[in-house]
Amino acid sequence: MTMNTGAQSRHTNGAVTWLFRNHIWLFLGLAIAIFSLASPYFLTVNNISNVLTQGAFIGILAVGMTLVMIDGEIDLSVGAILALSTALAIGLQEQIGVWPAVLAGLLSGAALGFFNGVITAFSGMHSFIVTLGALIGIRGLVFIYTGEDALMVQDFSYTEYAEIYLGPVSVTALTFFVLALFFQWVLTSTRHGRETFAIGDNIEAAHDAGINIKRHKIINFSICGTMAAVAGILLSMRLGTAEPNAGKIWELWTIIAVVLGGTRLTGGFGSMWKTIGGVMTLAVLRNGLRLLNTPNYVELMVMGAVLILALLLDRVLSSQTEAR
Amino acid sequence: MKSTNLISGLKKSGLLVAFVVFLGAVSLTSDAFLSVGNILDVLRQVSITGMIAIGTTFVVITGRLDLSVGSMLTLLTVLLVDQHNQVGPLLAIVLTLAAAIALGAFNGLLVGYLKLNALIVTLAMLSFLQGLTLLYSGGSNVNIPNAQTTWFRFFGRSDMFGIPVPVLLFLGVGAIAAFVLTRTVFGRQVYAVGGNETASNFSGVSSARTVFWAYILSALATGFAAIILGSRVMGAQNTIGQGYELTVLAGIILGGTSMLGGSGSVWRTVLGIAMLGFIQNGLLLMGFPYYVQWLVTWVVIIIAVWIDLAGKRGRVLA
Repeated sequence: MTMNTGAQSRHTNGAVTWLFRNHIWLFLGLAIAIFSLASPYFLTVNNISNVLTQGAFIGILAVGMTLVMIDGEIDLSVGAILALSTALAIGLQEQIGVWPAVLAGLLSGAALGFFNGVITAFSGMHSFIVTLGALIGIRGLVFIYTGEDALMVQDFSYTEYAEIYLGPVSVTALTFFVLALFFQWVLTSTRHGRETFAIGDNIEAAHDAGINIKRHKIINFSICGTMAAVAGILLSMRLGTAEPNAGKIWELWTIIAVVLGGTRLTGGFGSMWKTIGGVMTLAVLRNGLRLLNTPNYVELMVMGAVLILALLLDRVLSSQTEAR
Repeated sequence: MKSTNLISGLKKSGLLVAFVVFLGAVSLTSDAFLSVGNILDVLRQVSITGMIAIGTTFVVITGRLDLSVGSMLTLLTVLLVDQHNQVGPLLAIVLTLAAAIALGAFNGLLVGYLKLNALIVTLAMLSFLQGLTLLYSGGSNVNIPNAQTTWFRFFGRSDMFGIPVPVLLFLGVGAIAAFVLTRTVFGRQVYAVGGNETASNFSGVSSARTVFWAYILSALATGFAAIILGSRVMGAQNTIGQGYELTVLAGIILGGTSMLGGSGSVWRTVLGIAMLGFIQNGLLLMGFPYYVQWLVTWVVIIIAVWIDLAGKRGRVLA
């Protein structure tokens, strides 16, 4: 509709189009502006450092989820995988030492992700069903391992790893950004990334073009499981305990963050930049609302409303691009 | 040809066969398992999830999802219990069912008419309704002080003809829903929309309207479930319905209703939900801690759905 405007406005037009396509940054900017005006504590180095750390756990889950979603799939089991890796990383320390335990936690995530991927790729079941089963079952594994009680780390020097900071950026936040940037590079500059988009965009065409669909799906699910384990390890370092209910319904927050960013559930469209935007918007909203001392229910209701709003906006914008 | 018949035959009864084998295996280890008392106990325990699942089946057959039923159950139960104390049981029930219909209509409006993604919409509602519950209750639990005397106890705590009332309600609503789904125009439209939405629109079936009503049925069933739950517990915490959406979906999936829409039935859902209940009950009777059932559920879902799918298509792409 705006294509008929003169050449002199093409430049501003491009900027507007970019902002519309990446509307999450509008949301984020707006949220930051509002909370900065509403609370003097919001725009302090300390608080921003907090926001980054708080957002990073969902963020790391979201990195894996983005890959899976671009493939046109979904992974509901990330919260449960996170809990299992947290439990293993803390529970195994006494028997096999700190770093082997951490490695075992990571491997458990990779293995479960691989398992989800294999079942999804070879059975033809929708990943929603496969990972819904996994969400229920892996939580069972966590309870079987921990026996309903929270595990406590024996050597508390383990929790000091979470206190490593690069300026105001915690090791957790740093891990999130590094992983997001790395997988953005994978998405745009490797064969695996391009073929992931191709599969999500049109699976039959991808199949006809000779792309090994099963392989790419299995790889992405494995990465997603590993990311969940990474978040779990970082959580275990931060808390020093492993609760059997850790990460419960985090898969929902993760999906919310990714979709808020603008990555489509239908596959073939998305990026880590969008996901960073979605994760940060979610973190800013939660942090800002808490700074303003709003009761818990406001946060839940705002989150729901923002999500539907984002969906409506996306609907309007995508129908515009389709019209072109 | 012969093997196809065998597979499709297995597909239709495989789930039942597996279920019967499981029942037999558990009854060998526990005499109490297949007693009438225990069976009624299991049915009573699954009546709340089952009630919701009957309604959600309509949504799933249209090819959509409803993740909001857990939060909705919480909100409706809190509303019902609180209003019971203020305006009496009858008005409270009317109010709760009206609220359920309104919430379902809202879901249906967004997913059916505005064609927004069902997963995200109902996920947003999951969060929103949790907030609404806390806003309504102010964070405190509600309970019914005259639990022994109110006639409201009928729905969750009494028996008729030796059968618990929740079981009668569950099976009764199930029978009505099965009738609606298989014997009415609306029921056929639900299958048509899930089977091929474009084709159904071209043949004059409004997919928007059908989806809209499917969500209302899902919410209405959740309202019925809230009546049973509220009457059973005679109170409600702000988290009382948390996680129900997962059990409901697990039961529907286990029954073999396809998430892609177009196929499935109420009796399959009832069977799936009952299987979950008997697995849970059987494992507990065998002395396993309660969380072992989750692991078993995972394995059973994957095996059951895989067999189901293998029977449905010869070649599987991706």
